[in-house]
Amino acid sequence: MSASEAALVATDVRKTFVRNTGEVVEALAGVSLQVERGALTALVGPDGAGKTTLLRLASGLVVPDSGSLDVIGIDVTRFPQQVQDKISYMPQRFGLYEDLSVQENLDLYADLHGVPQVERNEVYPRLFGMTQLGRFKERPAGKLSGGMKQKLGLACTLVRSPQLLLLDEPTVGVDPLSRRELWEIVFQLVKDGLSVIVSTSYLDEAERCERAVLMHAGRILAEGRPNEITASAKGCCFLVRAPDGMPARSLQARLFGLPDIADAVPEAGRVRVVRRSSAAPPPFELDGKSLEAEAVEPRFEDAFMLLFDAIAGDQRRESHAGIAGQASVNEETVVEVRDLVRMFGNFTAVDHVSFKVRRGEVYGLLGPNGAGKSTTFKMLCGLLPATSGTLHVAGENLLTAGAKARQRLGYVAQKFSLYGQLTVDENLEFFASAYGLRGSSRRERIKALKEQFELDRFSELPSGQLPGGFKQRLALAAALLHQPEILFLDEATTGADPLARRQFWGRITGLSERGVTVIVTTHFMEEAEYCDRIIILDAGKNLAEGTPLDIRAHAETDRDKAPTMEQAFIAIVEKQRRKDKEGGA
Amino acid sequence: MLASLLRILTLIHKELLVILKDPKSRASLVLPPILQCLIFGYAATYDLNTVPYALVDLDRSATSRELVSKLEGSGIFRRQTTLAQIGQAVTLLNTQKVVLVVVIERDFERQLAGGGKAAVQVIADGRNSNTSGVALGYANTIIADFANDWRSRQGLSGPVVEVTSRAWFNPQLETRWTMIPSLIGTITMMMTMMLTAMSVAREREEGTFDQLLVAPFTPTEIMIGKAVPSMIVGIVQSSAILIVALFWFQIPFAGSLATLSLGLALFLAAAIGFGLFLSSLASNMQQAMILCFVFLMPFMLLSGLMSPVDNMPEVLQYATVINPLKYAISITRRVYLEGAHLTEMLPDMLALVAIAAVTMPVSAWMFRHRLN
Repeated sequence: MSASEAALVATDVRKTFVRNTGEVVEALAGVSLQVERGALTALVGPDGAGKTTLLRLASGLVVPDSGSLDVIGIDVTRFPQQVQDKISYMPQRFGLYEDLSVQENLDLYADLHGVPQVERNEVYPRLFGMTQLGRFKERPAGKLSGGMKQKLGLACTLVRSPQLLLLDEPTVGVDPLSRRELWEIVFQLVKDGLSVIVSTSYLDEAERCERAVLMHAGRILAEGRPNEITASAKGCCFLVRAPDGMPARSLQARLFGLPDIADAVPEAGRVRVVRRSSAAPPPFELDGKSLEAEAVEPRFEDAFMLLFDAIAGDQRRESHAGIAGQASVNEETVVEVRDLVRMFGNFTAVDHVSFKVRRGEVYGLLGPNGAGKSTTFKMLCGLLPATSGTLHVAGENLLTAGAKARQRLGYVAQKFSLYGQLTVDENLEFFASAYGLRGSSRRERIKALKEQFELDRFSELPSGQLPGGFKQRLALAAALLHQPEILFLDEATTGADPLARRQFWGRITGLSERGVTVIVTTHFMEEAEYCDRIIILDAGKNLAEGTPLDIRAHAETDRDKAPTMEQAFIAIVEKQRRKDKEGGA
Repeated sequence: MLASLLRILTLIHKELLVILKDPKSRASLVLPPILQCLIFGYAATYDLNTVPYALVDLDRSATSRELVSKLEGSGIFRRQTTLAQIGQAVTLLNTQKVVLVVVIERDFERQLAGGGKAAVQVIADGRNSNTSGVALGYANTIIADFANDWRSRQGLSGPVVEVTSRAWFNPQLETRWTMIPSLIGTITMMMTMMLTAMSVAREREEGTFDQLLVAPFTPTEIMIGKAVPSMIVGIVQSSAILIVALFWFQIPFAGSLATLSLGLALFLAAAIGFGLFLSSLASNMQQAMILCFVFLMPFMLLSGLMSPVDNMPEVLQYATVINPLKYAISITRRVYLEGAHLTEMLPDMLALVAIAAVTMPVSAWMFRHRLN
């Protein structure tokens, strides 16, 4: 591949930023890379790996400190306008005008790029056909679901025919169904000959690309065909069965803490383990007892974690310390929801949902965008009155219950919701006092949590300026100050990278072992594996409830014996939607 | 009880931290009120000292010339031009070259001497009714004085009507004297209502309000935790304006400081109650801002700050019943300038108590029961 045939050629590109706090961040530390034309290339890596910076440099929005960068054969540092005329870039938060309709947004971007009317007559039908937004032409963009907004953003970037498309995390906050649709569009574009570079923190997405570039801390860790990268983990992957009575997540947490193990995640009631080396594996043991293990084929994610582990070392394991591995679920019901209904005008957001959660359980609410998860959550936390039905949290309805009942629960909202202007310490002090902690007990509790969540070094930093992952930690720390019995977590891991999510779940496992009941909503279907039981909601209705194994069994067909959690989820939601359509017709 | 008190203190501490942490926002709470007060004190005045006018002297007598010199001798009227016909004056008025046209009719001297109707026509530009009204008043007084004076000098008897006007409490009828004390209420209401409404709306927008509702705070505690910091800010602001009035403009203070303070405290409670109520209707900062403006403008126009409430149509007078600023202006003016006693101000104060007693509990209830 010569340089002129490449979509992008980077040679020793460097870029540093200075934060408000004066801290110097090396976003790209000498990146050299060639991306071929006509291919789908994924940039993967944790938060702060430099993915976004690389895309912004390629689109000529930022100038590198040093090194050279050619995009579609043009030096983007010297001729950014020429490059921008020929490529399209969709940033993480695409600038849609929420009050304008779908059609008006599209027209606006066509006007901005000077697309002639004749061309529009050709392009519009194709875009509407591709995105299936044709039915919603008149709907204001602000009223679209997260997935549809992303599709509209993509359509707006495609009003003219670019030679190269740059997509920055297009599927963050998008549910599995919309995610799949979005990817189908991208695959079709590539098939039609477009070059696409997409950054993502979903590893399954990277696995389906032609090439993957793994980044970490501004450097490239590995590059190649996903199956080649996956092959590097050959012989390292096992499915390990937990001893009787131990939840898979507890075993996962224990195994993740062992020195020779690079990664561990729960999967179908067992634990998927990646060893650091494939050489002569000794049998798996826990507390002197050997565990039943089965060697399995590696996935892309296993290889990613293996590569990553070699760099990041052991610093990531703190959150998994002190996990004993016992289940602490007992039969007492702490949360009970019966026939819950919530209407907004004519729209039924929650439609006769019932479920129970036992003390010490980790319970998951799953569903696509707009399924009613957050609405159910708000009603449980007493933030929204129910239209009908009953709900009890620790025996009380929190909407009317006194301060004492609320003392027993912790709540972490979907969006970071602490005081951004106040420092980490001030936030923690406020919430500690809010829950009645005073004097030395307050000091000790704050100190302990700051240590546990590694927030010490940020004590004096306004919380709004914390790096992404640490905001989430602070929010969780603030919710745990008063040692709540019940913890509500609303999409706590949205936008978090694979490593941050493992750390997060390590903490949740630890809490559940201490008898804390945890209720979570999530977009990441594999996270359902950490739950004792889950409920799947769509359009406000309860579609399925049970253990992760039960839910998988729902979706099993003769053709597909062991579907992933995500496939099971999509199958269940689609089956219901087909049924509704037939019923409605 | 103690736990509740401690929780309220926690909220107040947090609120003050958020408001006062940033030096810029700290300064923006005290400097603008003082600046506004200075600007209003100097700029917003109805007192006139140079009124450009055009003269049409059709009589051309010694008496008419004497009248003109009287007018100009007052130091208020400045002749822009002298015209031969009334018709020419129209353009001058239209183009705002002059505010008044003084027409001394033919036979002015003869009629005056004969005891008949001596006519002087004064035409004013009605587009700016305030300025014109004041200018007309001045002109009338001067002309009437002159006529009486002239007739008595000529030894003419007859019903010489002496119109004496004198203004009480503001002997020089300086606008500043009535304006500045009213500003104590006006400016602090603008600031505290916005501050309160925006602070709740910001918490809603950023999601921290949900955190408060999930924590063991009761709606009443949250309400008090929001009201007290705004109250403190309001007290500091009104004191600052009072100091400017007393020591910069040196407007004499006739009443009791205690009565004024009580009145202002009640007023702040009512204004903050309104701010809380508006914030409970708004779901984000933009809505809160618009709602504040929707209420602030009528509150200011219908407060008696610019024009007396008694002159308004009856329907609007009823509407002013819920306007906290109306009572505040009444209290500050009367206590400050007239030295009104506490008992005289009781009706106004009770009205403020009533407004606070309705808006505060309603907004506390709305915190939790607001739909969506």
